[in-house]
Amino acid sequence: MNFDLTEEQRVFRQMVREFAEREIAPTVEALDEKGEFPYEAQTKMAELGLFGLPIDEEYGGSGADLVTYAIGVEEVSRASASLGITMAAHTSLGCMPIHFYGSEEQKQNWLVPMAQGEKLGAFGLTESEAGSDAGGTKTSAILKNGEWVINGTKCFITNSGTDITLLVTITAVTGSIGGKKEVSNIIVPAGAPGFTVAPPYRKMGWHSSDTHELAFSDCRVPESNLLGGRGDGFKQFLKVLDCGRIGVAALSVGMAQACLDESVKYAKQRVQFGHPIGKNQAISFKCADMLVDVELARMATLKAACMADAGVNYSREASIAKLFASEAAMRAASEAVQIHGGYGYIEDYPVCRIFRDSKILEIGEGTSEVQRIVLSRSLGL
Amino acid sequence: MNIVVCVKQVPDTSDPDTEVHIDGTGRGVDQSKFSFVINDADNYAVEEAILLKEKHGGEVTVVNIGGEAANQVIRMALAKGGDGAVRLDDESFVYSDVVATARLLKSAIKDLGCDLVLTGCMASDDGYGAVGIALAQMLEVPHAAYVKTVEVVDDKKLKVGRELEGGLLEMNEIEMPCLLAIQTGGNEPRYASFKGIREASKKEIKVMDLAATGLSADEVGESGSVAVMTQYSVPEVGDLAEMIEGDPAETSAKLANILKEKGLV
Repeated sequence: MNFDLTEEQRVFRQMVREFAEREIAPTVEALDEKGEFPYEAQTKMAELGLFGLPIDEEYGGSGADLVTYAIGVEEVSRASASLGITMAAHTSLGCMPIHFYGSEEQKQNWLVPMAQGEKLGAFGLTESEAGSDAGGTKTSAILKNGEWVINGTKCFITNSGTDITLLVTITAVTGSIGGKKEVSNIIVPAGAPGFTVAPPYRKMGWHSSDTHELAFSDCRVPESNLLGGRGDGFKQFLKVLDCGRIGVAALSVGMAQACLDESVKYAKQRVQFGHPIGKNQAISFKCADMLVDVELARMATLKAACMADAGVNYSREASIAKLFASEAAMRAASEAVQIHGGYGYIEDYPVCRIFRDSKILEIGEGTSEVQRIVLSRSLGL
Repeated sequence: MNIVVCVKQVPDTSDPDTEVHIDGTGRGVDQSKFSFVINDADNYAVEEAILLKEKHGGEVTVVNIGGEAANQVIRMALAKGGDGAVRLDDESFVYSDVVATARLLKSAIKDLGCDLVLTGCMASDDGYGAVGIALAQMLEVPHAAYVKTVEVVDDKKLKVGRELEGGLLEMNEIEMPCLLAIQTGGNEPRYASFKGIREASKKEIKVMDLAATGLSADEVGESGSVAVMTQYSVPEVGDLAEMIEGDPAETSAKLANILKEKGLV
């Protein structure tokens, strides 16, 4: 057993860390305040190969393993959770479905520009009545004269409305088999007739990430936009979500690490009763607990990524990593604000933003409750 | 144009909260809590080397003195566009001063047949600022230090801008082969792409021990040094400063009194 990263992975971590500290961190506060998408940083990251890390080189990607991808998401998220989720959702949810299930033509048309980071991709699963229970999907796609005619709405879809969004892959009911819904995944390009993107949500956090409700009203796309086999929708998105969970776990590790960094810095600086507050056990123990959380969350995340790279089933480990890391990040954010006292509650200190950015980690890509359902089922319960 | 660029791995002290403690020997600092990065000025030297290569062709060789951990800094330079590397690594190299360090670098560089040697103008850890110049002397080539701009005039000559006080640029022409000690701020060091990092992991880092340098043990390390570092110490806090305490009204009144007493206002 070996816990060491390869030299390539260590050099990569160093590169992303330097990039995030110098190019991302100085812009985060202003973009967050204005709710602006970080186009400039996204373009620079694309040039470095960060927007298609685990995609094969022949399809425009970097050909990296998932451990490298997790390291990249972690380091970016340490500076900006909004950019972290932009990168993770694009890679795991935008690119991966087509990488896994796309035809050669679909890969050439859609995956290449996305893996190069010139365009962004999104995945549309959640609906107003179908979130954790994807079986409640109501969006329908009827095949008529060689076209899918799509009707319905999707909500909370990341990366779906930027200037460089290329497509959203949606789950839709395409018929029924033996009284059961037949669900398929269909690629809907941005600007397809009948496809409307609502104005951005006013979110609690992740202000610089792009999230919209999507409406499909007799939206028409060619029959060839079906992804993989008809009726394979469920099977496909379950596999996609496994990979997505590594992304959100890595995002959580980066944010928890940022909380630890800020807390230790503040605990050394802030003097009360004649000494730095870090000399008080009440504060130093919070930091120690945070360190334990960060380390364990990182281990769980890299283990799941490592298993995925080894080609073994990592579904359970991805769930464990996502559940533990997201809750660890929320705990870390809450304690980081507590350590900062009143200053933690104002936007001048980054922990305030990180606190707002953290809650969604326990919700997106499978809530904590859904992870516990998945894990208890894996125990045969 | 074939270029050699010398890089040093140094502790990352960019965070003002970095704590530096003297170790048990008194001749070193406790490095256990440091993370390590490329010396800042060397990072600009690497960028200058790669810019020149991209414009004028040739190869860039990265040269370093350090243990295996220094590979990370070397790989990063290779990932940005370096072609090959030499790492000088031997226990006997420890405590080398400017002269011994330059001697070691020369042993790695002399047979590479390069037109230009670049170094950073100063290391952020020991701050000698003299290795480049000593190396130029040993290689018997002209040098310029604090170089911010480099232009190729023809295949034998460079035009370089040296940064002087107040931001003045002193323009010089210099014949190749030569050595330039690069100042920070003259270019924008790039970030290595993932593909560059992957390519770099396939490039060779040639390791040279004492035997490979062709030098004798008394030419390197402490015995090969002109200046021997004996001890680090933390300066004692003097009692010349008077700390004025109290609320702003009190402290400002006290300060005003002192200034008056000393006849300064």
